[in-house]
Amino acid sequence: MRPFTLATATDAREAVRLVAGDPDAAFLAGGTNLVDHLKLGVATPGALVDVTRATSAEITDLEGGGLRVGAAVRNSDLAADRRVRERHPMLVRSLLGGASGQLRNMATVGGNPLQRTRCVYFQDVTTPCNKREPRSGCGARGGYTRYHAVLGASEHCLATHPSDLAVALAALDATVHVLGADGERSLPFTELHRLPGDEPERDTTLAHGELVTAIDLPALPPATRSTYRKVRDRASYAFALVSVAAAVELEDGEGWVREARIALGGVAHVPWRAHRAEAVLRGAEPTEETFLAAAEAELVDARPLDGLDGGNAFKVPLVTRTLVATLRELTQERES
Amino acid sequence: MTDPSTEQLRPVAIGSDLERRDGFPKVTGTARYAYESEAASPAYCRLVQSTVARGRVDSVDTAAAEALDGVLLVRTAFDAESLETDDGELAVLQSREVAFRGQVVGMVVADTAEAALRGADLVEVAYSPAPHDVVLRTGRGDLYAPEKVNPSFETDTSDGDIDEAVATATAVLDRTYTTAMYHNNPLEPHATTAYWDGEALTVWDSTQGVHPTRAVLADLFGLDRERVRVVCPYVGGGFGSKGEPHVHVVLAAMAARAVPGRHVRLAFTRQQMFALAGYRTPTIQRMRLAADQSGRLAGIAIDVVEQTAKVKEFAEQTGVPTRMMYAAPHRSTTHRLAALDVPAPSWMRAPGECPGMFGPEVAMDELAEELGIDPVELRVRNEPEVDPESGLPWSSRNLVACLREGADRFGWADRDPRPGLREEDGWLVGTGVASSVYPVNRMADSTATIRREQGRYVVEIGAADLGTGTWTTLAQIAADALEVDVAEVTMRIGDTAYPIASVAGGSSGMTTWGSAVVNAARAFREKFGPEPPEDAEAQGSTEDNPATERFAMYAFGAQFAQARVNRDTGEVRVPRLLGVFAAGRIINPRTARSQLIGGMTMGLSMALHEQSVLDPRFGHVVNHDLAEYHIATCADVAEIEARWLEEHDPHVNPMGSKGIGEIGIVGTAAAVANAVHHATGVRVRNLPITLDKLLPALAG
Amino acid sequence: MDTAITLGVDGEVYRLTVDTRTTLLDALREQLDVTSPKKGCDHGQCGACTVLVGGRRVLACLVLAGTADGAEVTTAAGLADGDSPHPVQRAFLDNDAFQCGYCTPGQVCSAAGVLDELAAGWPSNVTADLTTEPAASRAEIAERMAGNLCRCGAYVNIVAAVEQAVEQATEQATEQAAEQTAGQARR
Repeated sequence: MRPFTLATATDAREAVRLVAGDPDAAFLAGGTNLVDHLKLGVATPGALVDVTRATSAEITDLEGGGLRVGAAVRNSDLAADRRVRERHPMLVRSLLGGASGQLRNMATVGGNPLQRTRCVYFQDVTTPCNKREPRSGCGARGGYTRYHAVLGASEHCLATHPSDLAVALAALDATVHVLGADGERSLPFTELHRLPGDEPERDTTLAHGELVTAIDLPALPPATRSTYRKVRDRASYAFALVSVAAAVELEDGEGWVREARIALGGVAHVPWRAHRAEAVLRGAEPTEETFLAAAEAELVDARPLDGLDGGNAFKVPLVTRTLVATLRELTQERES
Repeated sequence: MTDPSTEQLRPVAIGSDLERRDGFPKVTGTARYAYESEAASPAYCRLVQSTVARGRVDSVDTAAAEALDGVLLVRTAFDAESLETDDGELAVLQSREVAFRGQVVGMVVADTAEAALRGADLVEVAYSPAPHDVVLRTGRGDLYAPEKVNPSFETDTSDGDIDEAVATATAVLDRTYTTAMYHNNPLEPHATTAYWDGEALTVWDSTQGVHPTRAVLADLFGLDRERVRVVCPYVGGGFGSKGEPHVHVVLAAMAARAVPGRHVRLAFTRQQMFALAGYRTPTIQRMRLAADQSGRLAGIAIDVVEQTAKVKEFAEQTGVPTRMMYAAPHRSTTHRLAALDVPAPSWMRAPGECPGMFGPEVAMDELAEELGIDPVELRVRNEPEVDPESGLPWSSRNLVACLREGADRFGWADRDPRPGLREEDGWLVGTGVASSVYPVNRMADSTATIRREQGRYVVEIGAADLGTGTWTTLAQIAADALEVDVAEVTMRIGDTAYPIASVAGGSSGMTTWGSAVVNAARAFREKFGPEPPEDAEAQGSTEDNPATERFAMYAFGAQFAQARVNRDTGEVRVPRLLGVFAAGRIINPRTARSQLIGGMTMGLSMALHEQSVLDPRFGHVVNHDLAEYHIATCADVAEIEARWLEEHDPHVNPMGSKGIGEIGIVGTAAAVANAVHHATGVRVRNLPITLDKLLPALAG
Repeated sequence: MDTAITLGVDGEVYRLTVDTRTTLLDALREQLDVTSPKKGCDHGQCGACTVLVGGRRVLACLVLAGTADGAEVTTAAGLADGDSPHPVQRAFLDNDAFQCGYCTPGQVCSAAGVLDELAAGWPSNVTADLTTEPAASRAEIAERMAGNLCRCGAYVNIVAAVEQAVEQATEQATEQAAEQTAGQARR
């Protein structure tokens, strides 16, 4: 591990000043991803700025039923919040499906979506990786691709984003508040992450030194039903093979689909907002055929990968089946 | 005539449900493991590993590392001390040749852990790489028959004419099954604290055998054994991977010798354990069964292909259980190895039996289905009266009773054998069964001392407790052998300061060490009577058991599994496992139950999760951590029940006990695979049973 | 680079200087010789290093010691009261919820955290209705303990132990509440 300085910022402006002015500096929040990467030699900053006391750790009500979540709120506290549990089951299930109780006590809402994409070759500094070392090649291509992308990958990078929370936030149309050297800005959560393209080293659209200060959760129509379904290789404490965050509102609670919000995890370099599937669902009857058509529409451009142990072609039917099952669950009549 | 090696004890403490003697230090974390042994001013050692799978180290630039504040020394093959060994794995830093990726090519010793790690990062190694060969497959032209398979079984056996049996049978099954590459992954990494006092070496090492480790170290460093002390009161799990020394203990000793007066601590990282701590070879098992209409086997054959390392041969005895499990006049077993540019495979919980009861026990299920015979009944029909391999009678064999008792408890009688019929809340449900077996092993060279100290009986033996319960169970044996209350017995184990003891392996500990303790107790009583004076002392050693010439000795079991497979996603859950075992007399029901459910849990993990993925391009296991190499979590386990039959076997040892550390993992994966088939109709012959293997067959 | 911190550990206060790269786990183990939290993977993937910080369970291997200045750390050693085990530890002993013991201090700390999280009504991934306070079923306990790997396979007994500890804690809470009510009635 390379030596680094460690500072603790007590407000966001100070944190931004410390990091924005030093290209070698990085923010440190819950540490669950960054400290791991320091040890692996994947991250080699010269300066760390602890921001867990620099932003709010409160969840506050917004007008109209929305909620503002301070970036320093721990994942476990967000999942335990009464308001969130009542209004956003999808979000709570994404949080509780992630990592372990200990890690959820550490991870912050601001930091969790900013964890790096996951790939065994990225994490192993003895193998090539364009993300870790631009133009060194992609170790995953032709390698172990079980956890890799089927949507939106580039020739330079096949990795997937591992945050469960981010998938729910993408489906929810959350808003991210950011403070940078040039002041504050906010952006739709779906614009926070980026596909690898020619710059796989960049996971997000944030500039160096921009700090997430809060995330706003919009209110959803009361009749909306939502959930998060995570499919993985063991029952708990594992990254998603595929996950689905879905929120559906039916006309009068049982008729045609008024609104659908869907995002997929485990399939792309970003939490994948499934706009095509949503378009198929909107205005349609909530039938098995509709759900299947929605999944197929979303997966038109899916490109499964060859690789060791069969590659990841199984993810295409798995996404379809998981999405259909999730939509079925959300649109079935409630058991009284 | 009673032979002293099997003259039975009257069980009083034996059989009682005593709490572990090492319980309190373990639940508080105050038990000190190897890396945590007390040291005034320890130095820290970190390793540099090869990034090529084969080749030669051309040069090493250690300047940056050596210049680093806190770094005490850097050692490579260019300047490391010479060791006396022909063991290709342990000859660390003895040559510039690279035999596998991840091989240790250097080490850095520093005042702090941080400096050692940074120093290791800064060592620059230049290689001349050579092409490597790491892919195991059946068609290789260079497969060879080893001289013996672990530890000393015949490589191939043949009785009758298997080809003729297959050609003439009513029902024939010819299938290939595979098990994955597995890593033992004890939670405590392999670790050593080493210290030299002049020409005397002390290591606090995480090992399944302090005496075997001492012997190896003494030879390597050219020392008399008396000059080497190995201490290990607690072992944070081993499962075979701490059965033989790996390079950590050698490197720690080398490092400590180079910094006189300092303790040196070295622990493998979790990632390093995937290259340096042994593993179970992947296996490819071609099974042939030939049976008549009633299911009676005329022939059974297994042809095993597996890997070993060029650097050191290890031949897993995967085909061995097929030799004795079922009655079939025509039997054939073979083992063929591919020697690859990979780390050396080694022992992992029930080597041989664990992988070797996957193919056969799934094949039996397939045969049962084909013939329309209940799979429990099929096994019962093939029960051999004597050991088919040796022709010897069984000292005791209660497989049928285990199957019957298990079937009864599991509710097997109500089972509809047709696959893919039952669905509950979106989950397909099925049940499966498999047999389990493990030999009764007895090792040589174990001695116990019993001494009267301050009114107590102190038992000393250099045995190991890797969670198996030795601290407690040996005290129970000693108490009954001395005919005293167990509270009067003090145990001392895990240190070469105590008499020699064999490795904790092959589920042989209780038979071997227990026999030594019994002999010591008998000698003690014979010499000193019921009221021994202070400092009275006697020794006893394990002897050969002549009954092994007259009987075949095994523990048996039956494993039952329920599997649920998600109709939509193919996710597999195992809500229920039941194992019924016949393993002689149980010394301590509490620790025994833990051993058995622990083995079954690891078997469940093998069935559903575990697989080391070796990337042939690089030559190493790329899922080399506990996030990517999945072992079962608490949430993967629901109901696991282990039971045992009353079994009296007067031939095995004075306690009448058989080993139970390994049998729990044997057959579990097959039972789960059979249950998954019953649930879904999909026959998964290649472990692990992951959802991608089930998805194609699940209905729309 | 070094930084000076103050740590409360199991009731003792320590002032120490740590390298900025030192984790809380290494600070405890290497500098303070508090070896109760174990190092199983050093990457947040096994749970053996679980300690309570400010009463909440966290993984000490992923906390930089320099960010833990002023923290109150409780390890499994500190949960016990001298020679008498904490109720969770008693339950682990009663149920033989461990074998090799290496993951055990982490399991014990994690279980202590689970007890508090259940008492606070936190849901888990297997809670059917997120708006209710989940009961401590075996499935709830197993899910909540999933971040502590046990290679010996003691999970069945670990769940039983935590179940026992939860029951005991619930009984105690009920008794205390009854005593309070009785006390108020007397006044």
